[in-house]
Amino acid sequence: MKNICFYFQIHEPVRLKRYRFFEIGQDHYYYDDFQTDERIDRLVETSYLNANRTIAEMIRSSNGKFRCSFVISGVTLELFEQFAPQVIDSFKELAQTGSVDFLAEPYGHSLASVFDAEEFKKQVTLHSEKIKYLFGIKPSTFFNTELIYSDEIGEMVSKMGYKTMMVDEAKHVMGWKSPNYVYKHAYLPKLKLLVRNWRMSDDMAFKFTINNLTAEKYISWISTLPAGENIVNIGMGYDALGIVNSPESGIFDFLKALPYHAMEQQIAFVLPSEYTKKVDAADILSVPYPMSWVGKDKDLTPWTGNDLQQEALNKLYAVSERVNLCNDKPLQRDWLLLQSSDHFRYMSHKDAYGSSYESAYDAFMNYMNVLADFLERVEAQYPTTIENEELNELLKTINNQELTIVTLEEEIKKLKSRKTAKSEQ
Amino acid sequence: MKALMFGWEFPPHILGGLGTASYGLTRGMSYQPDMEITFVIPKPHGDEDQSFLKIIGACNVPVVWKENSWDYVNSRIGKVMHPDEYFWLRNGIKYDFSRIFTNDLGCIDFSGRYPDNLIEEISNYEAVASVLASQVEFDIIHSHDWLTYPAGVFAKQISGKPLVIHVHATDFDRSRGQVNPIVYGIEKRGMDMADHIMTVSDLTRQIVIEKYHQNPAKVTTVHNAVEPLPDIDSFTKTLRKDKVVTFLGRITMQKGPEYFVEAAHLVLQKTKGVRFVMAGSGDMMEAMIDLAARRGIADKFHFTGFLKGRQVHEMLAESDVYIMPSVSEPFGISPLEAMQVGTPSIISKQSGCAEILTHAIKTDYWDIDAMADAIYAIVKNPAMYESLRNLGRDEVNNIKWYDAGLKVRAIYESVM
Repeated sequence: MKNICFYFQIHEPVRLKRYRFFEIGQDHYYYDDFQTDERIDRLVETSYLNANRTIAEMIRSSNGKFRCSFVISGVTLELFEQFAPQVIDSFKELAQTGSVDFLAEPYGHSLASVFDAEEFKKQVTLHSEKIKYLFGIKPSTFFNTELIYSDEIGEMVSKMGYKTMMVDEAKHVMGWKSPNYVYKHAYLPKLKLLVRNWRMSDDMAFKFTINNLTAEKYISWISTLPAGENIVNIGMGYDALGIVNSPESGIFDFLKALPYHAMEQQIAFVLPSEYTKKVDAADILSVPYPMSWVGKDKDLTPWTGNDLQQEALNKLYAVSERVNLCNDKPLQRDWLLLQSSDHFRYMSHKDAYGSSYESAYDAFMNYMNVLADFLERVEAQYPTTIENEELNELLKTINNQELTIVTLEEEIKKLKSRKTAKSEQ
Repeated sequence: MKALMFGWEFPPHILGGLGTASYGLTRGMSYQPDMEITFVIPKPHGDEDQSFLKIIGACNVPVVWKENSWDYVNSRIGKVMHPDEYFWLRNGIKYDFSRIFTNDLGCIDFSGRYPDNLIEEISNYEAVASVLASQVEFDIIHSHDWLTYPAGVFAKQISGKPLVIHVHATDFDRSRGQVNPIVYGIEKRGMDMADHIMTVSDLTRQIVIEKYHQNPAKVTTVHNAVEPLPDIDSFTKTLRKDKVVTFLGRITMQKGPEYFVEAAHLVLQKTKGVRFVMAGSGDMMEAMIDLAARRGIADKFHFTGFLKGRQVHEMLAESDVYIMPSVSEPFGISPLEAMQVGTPSIISKQSGCAEILTHAIKTDYWDIDAMADAIYAIVKNPAMYESLRNLGRDEVNNIKWYDAGLKVRAIYESVM
């Protein structure tokens, strides 16, 4: 029996405001709330709410047989809470149907999985807690930022207890293999991998109108797949429903018709973790170098491909340890927001998707000005003249001082009592 | 295909960008195997490079019939033109131009510059065109800039061959909107009469369409390119403590020098180790010296006076940033020259060259905040500097006159 595993990704970055170099040291608020709010409003009104309603209806009309997953970054959830709380409620309702799963990802939609393992783990935990708090579901499947995956990242994810992870179909990794099987990590068989069928995903997300796609046609493509190819993973940005394909394109009617035609062909909808639990992996996937779901090459070059991006990322992650040592809340928050992968994508010369900057240089200049101010604040907390290890020791001493005082006092008391005991004797 | 081109300047004796562009374009077109170019200029000096085209000096073309012996002609103009050619051209005199003052050979003395009686020289150039149009063999007429439009138009009327004109600038750029009606009249007539109009940028194309009321279908942009420097490796950058930010060009209203001073002021408030250089001369130079002094940055702001030839490239190569805040620039070749020697450039969006450059910073000419920010980023951020330097150089090296020449050729063919 064939299965469809649908998942939708939502991430909207917190946009930086125009930050000139003469503001460095003067202004510590970096964000363009107006722009962010405006974009969120548009996405929510034309896409997310409509799409959620459609999916709720699909679940109802199919008696819960339609199932799909969402992956929403932590910063986006915060933006929803701030600018569009009705979306959170709408997702809560979906969560209550039991047909919907939420996947884990790094909280800040960051590239930490590539640059900073500790930070990565921290953000994943943070995100998982947030999902549990909002929707009452503890994520069991992992979806890395921009579907970035390598053996190393898989290992980290597996060690955090995740059993399923989503990856993309990249030619240089898959070769002749079909994405429509379950795969597993190169050397940790416990971690199962679900490969996104990018062709079918793009057919729906980007070629919907060109293909003149109908639910019947789409389902028939799946039902005629060779025997054994039993899982089709279809993943896309949630804005494919309503923004990339406008409501007038018929995308919502297409969706509504899907469950009926699927059931007619005896095709089921599944959630990633429930499917991997019952099906064994067909083969391993070996990915020595990180890959992503962007572009033709499916590599990291949209974020790390040029000198500007390298420079910005190096400067940022150089202070990671220090930021994590301190407990200044605003600083911690800025740290999270500045890591968002989008900032680096805007610095790409060839693929600055979603950028509102005029050029890669413009994006870099603005980001570096913000980062300069941020680094000054980190410096003010802990001067760079002190080595990290030394600082760690000092902090330990400070943090433990009360404990030490208490133990020492007790010791004094003990000694005193012994002394008095002695003198009494 | 044979083209008859009318120009006003040709290297090495040039007064502005027109000569450089004329040279580059004809050089680029000469690589097309079946292209023959005859280039007319008012007054050649004899040291022009004629290896790829033929140059005719208008000052050596007889417009009034005078009897002279072969030997006499040879002794007079033999070093720039063969006497046989003189006599052959003399056969092309079909009109009576005796009203024009001519010398003993029946030729007109052109200054070849931009004299006070420019309008008269322009109309005398027409007379020369009439002789050439009846004698020289050509398939198409190509006029460079407004000074030569009347000549092109007359040649077209006589020969019936198609005319294309090349707009390197309009009077709207030169005068910031205060156009001279006579100049406008000449420009407008040239455009109306042309079979096709080429502009050096989309910016200029827009002006031609909107201000001169031309049919958009008749106007095509052919962006300029830059000639590779033969001695590029001889320009080096000296290591120095301070970064150098350079403005280079005529210090006039059109080039926006005051925005450079204001941006420098902003940068210097926050940053040490940066110096600013304003190279060139012009009618706003003294005002700029005053402004720098008033802003209290005179110790970090330097003036070099007029630079020429090699000095220009040396100055560019020694700089860390080149900035061109022009208020209106039809094309603007100098950022390309700066990028050629590896100097990152900041250009105004009101410059034609901004349309074809990716690896340069673009700001509005009035946006001194953005300009200051860009200067700061380049001098403080090695990654930014290196990216702009290396990618910019690669980009400029790929902007070739040969490709521009192919576009011009396609336009020729479309009007034949």
